[in-house]
Amino acid sequence: MSDVSNKDAKGTEAAPGLFARIIDSDMFHSFLRSRITVLAAIGTLILFFVAFFAPLVAPHDPFDLASVSILDARVPPFWMEFADPRFPLGTDDQGRDIISAIFYGMRISLIVGFCSVFFAAALGITLGLVAGYMGGRVDAVIMRIADIQLTFPAILIALLVDGAVHGIFGTLNREVFSFWILIFSIALSFWVQYARTVRGSTMVEKNKEYVQAARVIGIPSVTIMIRHILPNVTGPVLVIATINLALAIVTEATLSFLGVGMPPTQPSLGTLIAIGNDFLYSGEWWIAIFPGLALALLVLNVNLLGDWLRDALNPKLR
Amino acid sequence: MLGFAVRRLMQAIIVMLVVALLSFSLFRFVGDPVNMMVGIETSIEEREALRERLGLNDPIPVQFARFVIKAAQFDFGTSYQFHQPVSELFAKRIPATLELSFVSALFALVVGIPMGIYTGLNRESPISKLFLSVSLVGISLPTFFIGILLIFLFSVTLQWLPSFGRGEVVQIGSWWTTGLLTWSGIKALILPSITLGLFQMTLIMRLIRAEMLEVIRTDYIKFARARGLPDRIVHFRHALKNTLVPVITITGLQLGAIIAFATITETVFQWPGMGIMFLQAVQNVDIPIMSAYLLLTAFLFVVINFVVDIFYFLIDPRLRVERA
Amino acid sequence: MKTKSLIVAAAAFVGLTISPAQSETLKFAFQGTLNTLDPYSLNETFTLSALGNTYEGLTRRNDKLEIEPSLAESWEVVEPNRWRFHLRKGVKFQNGNDFTAEDVAFSLKRLHSEGSDLAKRVNADVKLEIVDDYTVDFVLPGPNPILPYEWDTWYIMDKEWTEANDAVAITSASDTTPNYAALHANGTGPFKIVSHEPGVKTVYEKFDGWWDTPTHNLDTVEFTPIGSDATRVAALLSGELDMVYPIPVQDVKRVESNPGTRALIGPELRTIFLGMDQMRDELLYSNVKGKNPFKDVRVRKAFYQAIDIDAIKAKVMRNLSEPSALMISPFLYARSDEFKRFPYDPKAAKELLAEAGYPDGFEVGMDCPNDRYVNDEAICQAVAAMLARIGVKVDLNAQPKAKYFAKVLAAAGYDTSFYLLGWTPGSFDSWNILDNLIQCRDEKGNGGAFNLGGYCNEKVDALTDEILVENDQAKRDALIAEAYTIANDEVSHIPLHQQALAWGVRDGVELAQRADNQFLFRFVTKK
Repeated sequence: MSDVSNKDAKGTEAAPGLFARIIDSDMFHSFLRSRITVLAAIGTLILFFVAFFAPLVAPHDPFDLASVSILDARVPPFWMEFADPRFPLGTDDQGRDIISAIFYGMRISLIVGFCSVFFAAALGITLGLVAGYMGGRVDAVIMRIADIQLTFPAILIALLVDGAVHGIFGTLNREVFSFWILIFSIALSFWVQYARTVRGSTMVEKNKEYVQAARVIGIPSVTIMIRHILPNVTGPVLVIATINLALAIVTEATLSFLGVGMPPTQPSLGTLIAIGNDFLYSGEWWIAIFPGLALALLVLNVNLLGDWLRDALNPKLR
Repeated sequence: MLGFAVRRLMQAIIVMLVVALLSFSLFRFVGDPVNMMVGIETSIEEREALRERLGLNDPIPVQFARFVIKAAQFDFGTSYQFHQPVSELFAKRIPATLELSFVSALFALVVGIPMGIYTGLNRESPISKLFLSVSLVGISLPTFFIGILLIFLFSVTLQWLPSFGRGEVVQIGSWWTTGLLTWSGIKALILPSITLGLFQMTLIMRLIRAEMLEVIRTDYIKFARARGLPDRIVHFRHALKNTLVPVITITGLQLGAIIAFATITETVFQWPGMGIMFLQAVQNVDIPIMSAYLLLTAFLFVVINFVVDIFYFLIDPRLRVERA
Repeated sequence: MKTKSLIVAAAAFVGLTISPAQSETLKFAFQGTLNTLDPYSLNETFTLSALGNTYEGLTRRNDKLEIEPSLAESWEVVEPNRWRFHLRKGVKFQNGNDFTAEDVAFSLKRLHSEGSDLAKRVNADVKLEIVDDYTVDFVLPGPNPILPYEWDTWYIMDKEWTEANDAVAITSASDTTPNYAALHANGTGPFKIVSHEPGVKTVYEKFDGWWDTPTHNLDTVEFTPIGSDATRVAALLSGELDMVYPIPVQDVKRVESNPGTRALIGPELRTIFLGMDQMRDELLYSNVKGKNPFKDVRVRKAFYQAIDIDAIKAKVMRNLSEPSALMISPFLYARSDEFKRFPYDPKAAKELLAEAGYPDGFEVGMDCPNDRYVNDEAICQAVAAMLARIGVKVDLNAQPKAKYFAKVLAAAGYDTSFYLLGWTPGSFDSWNILDNLIQCRDEKGNGGAFNLGGYCNEKVDALTDEILVENDQAKRDALIAEAYTIANDEVSHIPLHQQALAWGVRDGVELAQRADNQFLFRFVTKK
């Protein structure tokens, strides 16, 4: 699951900086030409909006236990018999409003997704820059660490970290703690792609004349890396990041299913699906299916955007 | 060639040693191993004797060396839950996981490659778009959810396929078991392999499509067309060949991911492999199984990586320079 | 025509050589695994139940849980402190060895050896004397009317077999070689285990040399552990299995409406309750510092009255539970109906909290298993929501049972402030409850070892000691009532309910659902 976009990114290594490209009418043109992409962009915006403004948009606060009543448990969605107008998409087994839980859950899923992608990118870009720029032994060590890292997919890391931490510390505040385990594990399993891509681009860039010139006039390496090389790798990094965001959200859901994700008192979309699983056969399908649809919709939209971004940034496909 | 192989082998050994160190620290420092082994009533003297017998009083490097030597002989200690040597437990579970992984990888390739070629060559056709969007939906849902939906549809509603287990297995030799030789075994493989292979299938399909799109725009394909070669030959002899290198890399790397992700599929389908055993071990803090699983999967990854590298080296001469 | 006659001839020939009886196989699944076949290494209902098909005790319990003779034909109290057991003659172990008094003596010794998880089945100060090959005496330090109540799960092992296979020492994880008895079994029971792969599959076959007349008609039994609820139910619905248990309460309807399967519902003896740390001077998990709010009975009572047990019954348990005022099932105590729960009254609860000095409530951490009891985690969540209404913020820590028990039990020093636990008295008697759950304990767990909250009242302890030695049933019940009344008034625990057993069975399979959740194959017939 790790090397998804390596190859695609390779094709764009030499692409000029992204910001220059945004104004580039070609890209804008391709964006408008593809109706699906426009739809995906609108969809993504709407989903992001309801997620981040969940407290304002959602009819209830599912995390406020005092407002949740078990007597409202398992109310069906509005078009079914015994529906309750307070809960348009029904309630779950604890009496939480499904649509509110989806908004809040999506917020958690997205925060976990963004944070882990951010940390993965930060770590990966730094190591990739250093490896590519320094070369030699530093490069070899970093790339071997990357190899080791590749042997541990996110679920393995999360399970091990969770098991180890419980073994060492016993219990901590589970809500805060699960959150960071998730981000840490997902970030740790994603950084390699960034490092490899950035390293490749860096190795190409550092031999170019402008970098040589900068070096000659005594600009420090760090400045060269950040000012001159980094902008050139933004494109592929953005592509990887978009796809990783989708992947991180799905990974988080899987981890929640395995019991090392967010606890049921602070459910993410994945936790909601995992809870709802238990009610699929008993006819209360809405507890799993609505969060499942929300997750699919979110990931689908982000993936579509990622696809378009990749094609648009790939000069060979013009 | 030989030099390259030796260098990669050395690196592989170093990787394994690092993983062994991680695995050792897990075993040694996550909870007190002695505490996990004895009951509440065991006296302090008895605990101390056990500590001595297990060599937990030796210097850490000595302990690590012993751990590595033992692990190299596939001795991972005794499971806290099952009171059995971990190696024996794994020996019984590995065939199940490997069989599932290979069948789902096969499924991913056999379905993914033709779909990729088709969508690559017929970029605008409605069927291509259908393939693409359906496959995207497929990877947008988490594996466990797909598995449960499949069980609901094919086992409970239609009652076509079994919902759990391996069916009847046939013993081959002293340690391998296979479900491929019995009808019930094959039926039991279908749902788990699809569940597990779906993600990789999508990945391979999209990868081939992307490669095809690039390759058919290259000059030499245009040239081949201009020469009047039939489409079929251009597409399959020239274009497809060029897409294979990345496919091999990804497939190799994904095989490792498949084995790791088998954990989830095995849980959903109660597939008696090592993934489900690992998950139970995590829940029960059965450290010897956890650390052995870590080493074994790392070993598999390293072997696969090594083979892929060698393969790569043989197929693509340009890499010989780049890698050297 | 020709082929047909050939088939008939072949069938006739086969019929002559092989018995024509149809071979019946029962396939069933349970949510947990059978980790060991050693009958003394794990005191857990499922393990003991699974082994109870292969091993037998001196006594056994029938489908109504009444004690009946098994390997002992009869027993009597010859002197107040001497019990005599007359062993059944002509009983063979599955390997053909004879069962004698030597095996009983050996089994008692092994039961008390290091690594045994069932040592408490027979008190350590009980001495065994062999009278002859088929008679043994148990000599007690004092009277004990309930001595053999739990002996149906003290299984008798074959001395020769155990010694010959070097399996006398009970397996511990520190051993480098697996114990023979952990992977093989040799009992006197109706089924022998022919193959056992821990966590994968266990296969039983009928034991033809069983001393009793079988009422079952099974030849083979296959057990598969299926951890995932959905998969387990699916396997029953799709007709792959004959019996699965437990089935989640929400799927009972589905199993009932599915053609060809039915749900078997029965009361379980286990009582689910909440406990509170009343021992420490400051709670481990709370924002109240310097004092322990649970030391105040008003706080405990406020918690009790904040819980809407009927809502839990209706919504979480789907009516498959019986709210309980006592820590014991009404089936096990004749005077249970004299006790009533404190009424659900959130307003009164809030007032009680205010009186105790917590008008705005406080925060407390709660420990809960999530794979042990029926809907355990959902109950805890519901409780957390109900407590939120009286201002108490609960930080819920729900974990798999292995981690949960490792945290809250004596071994980890009772690392909890507020917890959910379930308890079935192994002897089916109130003394077991008082002794394990309500009696005072010290920090190490001497005394009421499972009294996690450390409730302590010397009056109750004195009554407990009296109850143990009282032989008159009416007097004994009165003493028990007195002890329960004190504990209830002081809210030693918050009893919630007895959960229901829910098993899924395929039509054509008849079986006995025992209230102790043991599934024994000897009660099964399959059509």
